[in-house]
Amino acid sequence: MAGAREIRTKIKSVQNTRKVTRALEMVSASKIRKAQDLMKASRPYARAMRQMIGHIARANSEYKHPFLVERSEIKRVGYIVVSTDRGLCGGLNSNLFRKLLGEIRQWQEKGVEVDVVAIGTKANAFFKRLKVNLVASVGHLGEKPKVEALIGVIKVMLDAYSDRRIDQLTLAYNDFVNTMTQKPTLDPLLPLPPSTQLETAHDWDYIYEPNAEAVLDHVLTRYIESLVYQATLENLASEHAARMVAMKSAGDNAKKAIDSLTLIYNKVRQAAITQEISEIVSGAAAV
Amino acid sequence: MATTIRCDIVSAEAEIFHGDATLVVATGEEGELGIAPRHAPLITRLKPGQVRVTAASGEEQFFYVSGGILEVQPQVVTVLTDTAVRAKDLDEAAARKAKDEAERALANRTDAVEIAQAQAELAQALAQLAAIERLRRQLKH
Repeated sequence: MAGAREIRTKIKSVQNTRKVTRALEMVSASKIRKAQDLMKASRPYARAMRQMIGHIARANSEYKHPFLVERSEIKRVGYIVVSTDRGLCGGLNSNLFRKLLGEIRQWQEKGVEVDVVAIGTKANAFFKRLKVNLVASVGHLGEKPKVEALIGVIKVMLDAYSDRRIDQLTLAYNDFVNTMTQKPTLDPLLPLPPSTQLETAHDWDYIYEPNAEAVLDHVLTRYIESLVYQATLENLASEHAARMVAMKSAGDNAKKAIDSLTLIYNKVRQAAITQEISEIVSGAAAV
Repeated sequence: MATTIRCDIVSAEAEIFHGDATLVVATGEEGELGIAPRHAPLITRLKPGQVRVTAASGEEQFFYVSGGILEVQPQVVTVLTDTAVRAKDLDEAAARKAKDEAERALANRTDAVEIAQAQAELAQALAQLAAIERLRRQLKH
């Protein structure tokens, strides 16, 4: 019966795994809701910010902020990569990284260098192994990311852009479409993509206090920050959704494995019993 | 003629106020500002201080903001408040910290100690599961 006992311990261990995956699944399911609430709460700010940027783009200011001007020559590009802090969320991070690596390779073939800022420990761990320049990183944002936590990494990139150390900045994150779908997304941040809205009928401009340069600098910095913050929240919701799905399928697989192991176990047991009976019978016949 | 103006006060983490107002008073960088309906388009930074909104009903509401942006458009006043107390040197410190973090990560290239050891174990268990699954398929054939 040695075989049978081994199978039985195997079944036990699979059952334990299943318990863990199921617990993780339920935890994620409840966290998704919280993450979605956070996303919703931050939407008014993002909307107001977008409107304001739209107005600014249409105002006929004499001052052109460097963030709004496209650069003809690109020597170095920057990426802000938003990832999760923890693993076990299916292919969420690796899908994003793969998409990003494709772009990075293209730049490197053209001789353009790449700077990366990592948000989340997974991106940090991934990019430090690569031949890219990891300039800043932040991790352990927790379940309620704060804007303050992101200010540092964003400032590193914005400063680099202002000092012309990078000529383009892109944001990479997982867009939360719904619980089943998360889309790896690359959004251009700088220079700000030109607005597609129609020109207004008459020329106008703001009254800037104290002056256009200071105000625009401030507004655009806040705009970029709000975009990155929004992306972080999207990524958080994506993380929980992906983990829930991954854990669900792992749990289902565990169940299947348990079923088939039980079947094998029963067969082995039955075989052992049959063998014993035939041994006894043949023993009795010999006597 | 419009006697009220829409007023939105939002921060990155929540919506604070939304409604019609007859007067919005805020502390701009150049001094106190009173925004009445039909004010000319204006955009300014805010200093930490109070924002006072006189609602259409005549009721006054006060909000404290730790800085932000105020924008006036023909139909709407938008106040985007900062969630945190911000100062140039504080931002500078945050940037430096982020850089240090990256440098430290690069220094510990070989030190692959994952904090989430339990997770690694679980990952292992899942791999085992996959192996069992394969085994099962082989047994079937």
